[in-house]
Amino acid sequence: MNRLVVGAGYGLKDWLAQRVTGVVMAAFTLIMFAAALGGAMSSREAWQAFMANGLIRFLSFLFIVSLCWHAWVGVRDIWMDYLNSAALRLFLHVMTLLALVGYAGWAIQIIWRL
Amino acid sequence: MTNANRTVQFKIYRYDPDQDAKPYMQDITVELESTDRKLLDAMVKLKAQDDSISFRRSCREGVCGSDAMNINGKNGLACLTAMDSFPEGKPIVLRPLPGLPVIRDLIVDMTQFFKQYNSIKPYLINNDPPPERERLQSPEDREELNGLYECILCACCSTSCPSFWWNPDKFVGPAGLLAAYRFIADTRDQATAERLDDLEDPYRLFRCHTIMNCVDVCPKGLNPTKAIGKIKEMMVRRAV
Repeated sequence: MNRLVVGAGYGLKDWLAQRVTGVVMAAFTLIMFAAALGGAMSSREAWQAFMANGLIRFLSFLFIVSLCWHAWVGVRDIWMDYLNSAALRLFLHVMTLLALVGYAGWAIQIIWRL
Repeated sequence: MTNANRTVQFKIYRYDPDQDAKPYMQDITVELESTDRKLLDAMVKLKAQDDSISFRRSCREGVCGSDAMNINGKNGLACLTAMDSFPEGKPIVLRPLPGLPVIRDLIVDMTQFFKQYNSIKPYLINNDPPPERERLQSPEDREELNGLYECILCACCSTSCPSFWWNPDKFVGPAGLLAAYRFIADTRDQATAERLDDLEDPYRLFRCHTIMNCVDVCPKGLNPTKAIGKIKEMMVRRAV
């Protein structure tokens, strides 16, 4: 059976999440620039101390989650735009999701090891 | 390029499926008079010269939307495109609207486009018994429909939209979404929730990536991207 099906009934949340996570990432980037200008990256010790700060840990965790969430919506959009095979799309959606969850875990591990 | 008679070169996409194995570009020169001010005037001359060239046209004043085509790489209406807007000495390149199946030369099959338009139910849904004269609106409510109702369905926007090229069967496209918002914004319409439900879909609405080619090409100066933004805004307002 090859009837065209639309009407999955979602989309708004992802679209909104992409905007919100974009703002979070932009804000974090500005904070990082400000920190770099303020000398937080002048030496390894200064950098380590800066990243060990509770607020920065909180923000960098938010950044990583935002990055992965943002990338999930964006990369899935690319698959949906260009691929016609539903089987291939499903496969790539799952692979993208697994890769992003893996990256998020890895990144968090790196930050929390500091 | 003003008053005197002049010769203009054209490069025209030609394809007759009964005769041609594949499409080709034809070079053709036409003698114009000072009264041939719009591209459509020149094309009528072209047609007189070689009557095998096929294109649609009707009202010749930007109302019917029949003569939409790809003019020097940009979609537009031949009847609204001034001949003196073209750089002198370069051939004018005419192709059919991109992304739709070509029937012949500059004539495309608009079935997919109108299917998407029909899918948004482009008519007022109101189950109240009709009043004796008309359903009234306040001037402010009516104001909201400006910039929406003027669409002539020429398909310049949808056929310039990459999202529509990739998913013409599933993405409503800028023209359809502009029309959808025209009814969502109409205070006399009672199916707002159903209309929003219908568009809450990763393909139907959310294939729009705000590329804005639609705004760039609309011969009526309309802004489908803004209308799409307003649909999303309404969805957010009802969800939070």
